[in-house]
Amino acid sequence: MNIIVLGLNHRTAPVELRELLAIPDSRIGEALSRLRAYPGVKEAMFLGTCNRVEVYAVVEKGEWGFRKLEDFLVATHFSLSSEDLLPHLYRYSDEEAIAHLFRVSASLDSMVVGEPQILGQVKQAYELALTHRSSGVILNKVVKKAISVGKSVRTNTRIGEYAVSVSYAAVELAKKVFSNLEQQVVLLVGAGEMGKLAAQHLVNHGVKDVLLTTRNQHRALVLAERFQGQAVPYEQLRSTLPKADIVICATGAPHFVISKDDIEGAVHQRRNRPIFLIDITVPRNIDPAVKDVDNAFVFDIDDLKAHVGHNQDERLKEAATAEKMVKEEVESMLAWVRGLEATPTIVALRKKAEVIKNIELEKAFHRLGELSEKDRGAIEGLASAIVNKLLHGPLVTLKAEAQSQNGFAFIEAARRFFELQERDLHVFESQSEEAEAGNEASEESFSQKDRQ
Amino acid sequence: MPEALSFLILGLYFVGTLLFLAFLLHRSEVLVKVAVFVAGAGFLAHTAALGLAIIATGQVPIMTFRDAMSFFAWGLVLVFLVVGLKRGLQVLGAFILPLAFLSLVSATLAPVEASGIAPVFQTVWVHVTLSILGTIGFAIAFVAGLMYLMQERLLKSKQFNVLNFKLPPLDFLDTLNQRSILFGFPLLTLGILTGAVSAQLTVGSYLSWNPEQVWALITWVFYFAVLMGRVTVGWRAKRAAYLTIVGFAGVILTFIGILMKSPQAIAHL
Repeated sequence: MNIIVLGLNHRTAPVELRELLAIPDSRIGEALSRLRAYPGVKEAMFLGTCNRVEVYAVVEKGEWGFRKLEDFLVATHFSLSSEDLLPHLYRYSDEEAIAHLFRVSASLDSMVVGEPQILGQVKQAYELALTHRSSGVILNKVVKKAISVGKSVRTNTRIGEYAVSVSYAAVELAKKVFSNLEQQVVLLVGAGEMGKLAAQHLVNHGVKDVLLTTRNQHRALVLAERFQGQAVPYEQLRSTLPKADIVICATGAPHFVISKDDIEGAVHQRRNRPIFLIDITVPRNIDPAVKDVDNAFVFDIDDLKAHVGHNQDERLKEAATAEKMVKEEVESMLAWVRGLEATPTIVALRKKAEVIKNIELEKAFHRLGELSEKDRGAIEGLASAIVNKLLHGPLVTLKAEAQSQNGFAFIEAARRFFELQERDLHVFESQSEEAEAGNEASEESFSQKDRQ
Repeated sequence: MPEALSFLILGLYFVGTLLFLAFLLHRSEVLVKVAVFVAGAGFLAHTAALGLAIIATGQVPIMTFRDAMSFFAWGLVLVFLVVGLKRGLQVLGAFILPLAFLSLVSATLAPVEASGIAPVFQTVWVHVTLSILGTIGFAIAFVAGLMYLMQERLLKSKQFNVLNFKLPPLDFLDTLNQRSILFGFPLLTLGILTGAVSAQLTVGSYLSWNPEQVWALITWVFYFAVLMGRVTVGWRAKRAAYLTIVGFAGVILTFIGILMKSPQAIAHL
């Protein structure tokens, strides 16, 4: 049994390819059942975002599973061939696969480290897998853990605290001037893409009043509709400035659109209420001399980038902490997964029975005093017979069902019924020195139960 | 108040000050919790000391320079704990606590003889209380102004460092500045009026033009102008910040004037 992931992301594949592999939510069900139809694929989940396409699966044999998943991906789009796809794919199995999912969920693998969307996208992918019953015991546990790791990274580190896009940096800087963005008026000058993005971020952060002006009045009206704002004739830019608390300038003009005089006048009319200006284009649209006007704060694209750069450094520092958290969680997850193999479970169960039998025999012999070899043999035989007969059913079922679709559920159930700890499974699997310690520990716990 | 207790208070405010300053320059969330805890402990000890004094004398101890400064420090920390923690602005502590600590130090260093007028008339007591409360308002306005100028400077010079990250937004600081003056000014006005009445009762004239009275009047006119300027010609933001810092310097000078006086002269206030 192997947990595997096959996929590509923003680092390994261009956006054109990622687009081709996208599967709309409405067709996910069909895709997942197609995946499950491959014999040997026991569980599957599909994670598709604009930056990554990944298939997670639990398969009988890793190598063979990867080939099936490749077939599946190639089949998602008629124009794809495996030659197009293969060079862009990464393949991880078991420990690496779990670590990869945890890192993805913690947004450590994102294009912008610390971005908040990915956690929701992992959740959604998981819910889709649940809805279409393509996940099982293993993926359920692993993905749930990945989500909780992602959450814990977000709450326990400051990875998401620093703005790392230029347009978002504008919001963060505006918040250093205005405590309540809801009450501020934004004036968007020009229809540049970055400017629109910055305005959108501001609206998302509560700004209600948006004024728009562009040379092309029609465009201003379209923008006004988008932001539910008000279009202002371009000729009135100067007289509109005093009304604006936040000005975003993103025209394509090769010259200054807003002069120092304009701002001096505006600040005067505003009776020194601060005005915050973002110049998001190159060449600049706002005269840099505006910085000398009291109560006017102007930031150009380089300033915003500097802000972002500073934040990026901070995020990377936080990312190091997050990586450590992920690593710890991967180890404990791995212990659980290893325990799900049939063999260690069977070994552990036998061992546990053996230990109980020996302890009980020891006690009985102690109470009975001197016994003949024959009596001893008879009592031992009896105990062994009871233990073996009792275990026979469960062991046969485990062996048989381990190969079936619900195998892991059976193993998980057996572990719960017989109180087999993950630690014990480990111990029996690797007959190391620690095994001794583990045995002692479990023996101790048995004798404690006896005393009760 | 007992010597040991006042050293304990001084010590706690000192440690609190250091912790808050460290918090200001480091991205640590633990530091600020400890700092608030230490400041809170200092405040409790301080309150206990005031309580003991009230039990002993039956009055809030403010009639000596030492006591007045101590009461002033107590009020500052109270404002921080109420305003700062309610609004989640622990960063205010990095400015208010040092001020409280310094006033407590100056109280401790003040010559012992600069003390003691028997509050012959209730008006004297009211006068002192009101003046101290008014001064607390101006002190907060001063702190807000200082923080405003720091944040303004950081934004203008585009330094996106820890300090910029931790200082509150400009408009909040400007509002805090305005509200503090709006709080302090009426109290100062009433303080001056009750002071005049006290002077009339003790020395027979409302105003004897001694330096403290003159300073107090100048301060009053100054803050009046600051308030009016904001409403009429927009003296807000950076200008208001500068003005309140200057105004507070005037307040401190008045205090030093009082400190220099003999006990007899204080009675004349």
